[in-house]
Amino acid sequence: MSLLEIENLVVEFQMAAGPFRAVDGVSLKVSAGEVLAIVGESGSGKSVSMLAAMGLLPWTAKVTADKLTFNGRDMLSMSDSERRKIIGKEIAMIFQEPIASLNPCFTVGFQIEEVLRFHTDLGKKARRDRAIELFDAVGIPNPEERLGHFPHQMSGGQCQRVMIATALACNPKLLIADEPTTALDVTIQKQILDLLMKLQSEHQMGLIMITHNMGVVAETADRVIVQYKGRKIEEADVLSLFESPKSAYTRALLSALPDNATGDRLPTIAEFLSDQEIFEGAVR
Amino acid sequence: MSSVESKTASQPSALAEFWYYFSRNKGAVIGLAVFLLVLFVAIFAPFVAPHSASEQYRDMLLLPPAWMEGGNFSFLLGTDAVGRDIFSRLIYGARFSLFIGLIVVTLSVISGVLIGLVAGYFRGRVDTVIMRVMDIILAFPSLLLALVLVAVLGPGLVNAMIAISLVNLPHFVRLTRAAVMTERAKDYVIASKVAGAGTMRLMLLTILPNCLAPLIVQATLAFSAAILDAAALGFLGMGAQPPTPEWGTMLAEAREFIQRAWWVVTFPGLAILVTVLSINLMGDGLRDALDPKLKRS
Amino acid sequence: MTPVLEARDLTRDYHIPGSFFKKARTVHAVKGVSFAVEQGKTLAIVGESGCGKSTLARIVTMIDPATSGDMLIDGQKVDIARETLTSDMRRKVQIVFQNPYGTLNPRKKIGDILTEPLIINTKIGADERRDRAMAMLKKVGLEEKHYGRYPHMFSGGQRQRVAIARALMLNPRLLVLDEPVSALDLSVQAQVLNLLADLQDEFQLTYVFISHDLSVVRYIADDVMVMYYGEAVEYGSREEVFSNPQHSYTKTLFAATPRADVESIKARLARKNAA
Repeated sequence: MSLLEIENLVVEFQMAAGPFRAVDGVSLKVSAGEVLAIVGESGSGKSVSMLAAMGLLPWTAKVTADKLTFNGRDMLSMSDSERRKIIGKEIAMIFQEPIASLNPCFTVGFQIEEVLRFHTDLGKKARRDRAIELFDAVGIPNPEERLGHFPHQMSGGQCQRVMIATALACNPKLLIADEPTTALDVTIQKQILDLLMKLQSEHQMGLIMITHNMGVVAETADRVIVQYKGRKIEEADVLSLFESPKSAYTRALLSALPDNATGDRLPTIAEFLSDQEIFEGAVR
Repeated sequence: MSSVESKTASQPSALAEFWYYFSRNKGAVIGLAVFLLVLFVAIFAPFVAPHSASEQYRDMLLLPPAWMEGGNFSFLLGTDAVGRDIFSRLIYGARFSLFIGLIVVTLSVISGVLIGLVAGYFRGRVDTVIMRVMDIILAFPSLLLALVLVAVLGPGLVNAMIAISLVNLPHFVRLTRAAVMTERAKDYVIASKVAGAGTMRLMLLTILPNCLAPLIVQATLAFSAAILDAAALGFLGMGAQPPTPEWGTMLAEAREFIQRAWWVVTFPGLAILVTVLSINLMGDGLRDALDPKLKRS
Repeated sequence: MTPVLEARDLTRDYHIPGSFFKKARTVHAVKGVSFAVEQGKTLAIVGESGCGKSTLARIVTMIDPATSGDMLIDGQKVDIARETLTSDMRRKVQIVFQNPYGTLNPRKKIGDILTEPLIINTKIGADERRDRAMAMLKKVGLEEKHYGRYPHMFSGGQRQRVAIARALMLNPRLLVLDEPVSALDLSVQAQVLNLLADLQDEFQLTYVFISHDLSVVRYIADDVMVMYYGEAVEYGSREEVFSNPQHSYTKTLFAATPRADVESIKARLARKNAA
């Protein structure tokens, strides 16, 4: 059974220039223990679709879907308070800017214990022990001491580890990582990706990896969804996507990678593809 | 995270977008309408006002408003203690209030922006000296400082305006300085520097235009504050001198009649209230439309 | 041939003044870096955040002075700490920044942004300035109709094109590119890299290309310098550095770069199934 199931998700924003459709009929499924990558360039609606599924968009957004279930429960008809109990406990999210995602006014230990206090009935001592255990699991040295630190005293990579620890606090069934390494250096990115993959396979979590980086997709995903301007263009397992991409857009995207450069100029998408051609091959 | 881009084929013009955000704030639109009405009345005072502001109708002292017993429709809001038409005086008074607001805002904006620009651009010792002086000005209760200044310079409308400008100055200096400090570090400023732009060019042509949005909002609010301060000085006898039909001065003249002729006091007070309120509402709308942080929520 | 840019033992220290609680200290952002770039070539400076590559860019662009060491442009020594820069010298080096959203003055039209360097540095008349800006717009792949528009009407890639056009208005010898494609989408990144290659061929431009992305560097650079905590730990031709890295940090950096080829994916999936 799928963990998260979305069918025909549509998100519209009300703008000065009129309604703007950020996500246009996207469907997806993730099962436990699976890594799904959603890849796309800016404006492809990859983050928005996940935020919409979590009910985290501002009121200016209009969200509709034919089906939106988590673990067999319907998230559309759910009350806000029920949804809040699921998000953070069974579904956790980590974001692009690790330092901005933490509240600068409180110590990281306080913030992780806060999550535990809200979602579990552990006592004060037990919460602290669990926090230390989590910090240990995500590879933060001296966890006891680090709990008392403020976000600004830590590096970006350390903050992202704290975010991951916080996300894992309640043993979520599904983790959504929105560009988790984009703001980090390559060597740190490697460490964080390795950590995420290790934790994912240990806990058999479902993991949705939102990214624009084809390298990150290649290094992590089992299955990949390619999005463009709010629509799903292609869905395939990772090997066949890189080996024999079906849609012209994916082919163009892969050939634009400098790694794959042949000759001294890179092929570019705009040169041989119009929006129309891209959407023609689109799957629903 | 930035998956939503607002760039569609039909990008609305800057003005259309401004109006879209401004008009969503209903209070701001009402404020603008009232302000435009006051402005119209002030400009065309001689044509709108039924009487002269200073003509005294000696046989109609303290006439009540038209709708009350003993009222006269030729004097819509009644007359004051020496028989002058209150309605006409209010209309002419609008001229003074708007004039005061305009001059005070112009004076304090120009000097405040220049001082703030220097402080924010050069930093260091210049900045420290300027900001400490501003802190000292801010430490005084504003009306008290204005009173002291007027007492030194001598009472009168012009001196009152100078005093109020000085009291308003620190707000503009601080705001400009903060904006300049954020803009100064941006890439386009450095790019301009690399292209060879000198200090004056960087300060006035490159940085300053990008700091204007918050200043416009602050200027609107200072406009209403200036009207209030001028009225307060007038009421205390330190601002415009009788028989000038300035609203605060009118209140001061009417003080002794509060008990028996409420209209002499009420209407100038209402005029101040409505004008200041409308400008403040308009300022809030401007902030909604100009502050990029609140936009595109 | 004299190199367009030569750096000998450049250093840059920042003094952080002490306060009541902290002692004053000195941060060595760049520690004795030497390199040379010849005309028409591209030197890539690679490193992670805080390695001093941006500080180096500011020294080369003559925004900040070096603490010690010599910098020669076209064989001529430059020291902005001691003497004021001549307009001729200033024109020789221009810069393109990383963030396409901060690099253009939001209150100015594209035309004014492009003509500003000419107004400051030359006595060219208004018509001539306009013509040159129009020609440059077309050269970077934009159109004449874009001349009167404001930056907010452009996408990130288009803004980066404008930034490149502005840098070229003064016919510089050397262009410092500070992560020019890091903030761009993959497809746009390819377009901008192609544009840079075209311009280099046409004007015999010399590039100092600062980046953290090894795949981009491997594509565009002739020479590569790897920086680590203010030091140049590796410096050589692209082939040397990529095929036979000497320093352990360079090796770590290569190992950490995600690989997007089919072989690596197969290897990873095999590892995963085996586990």
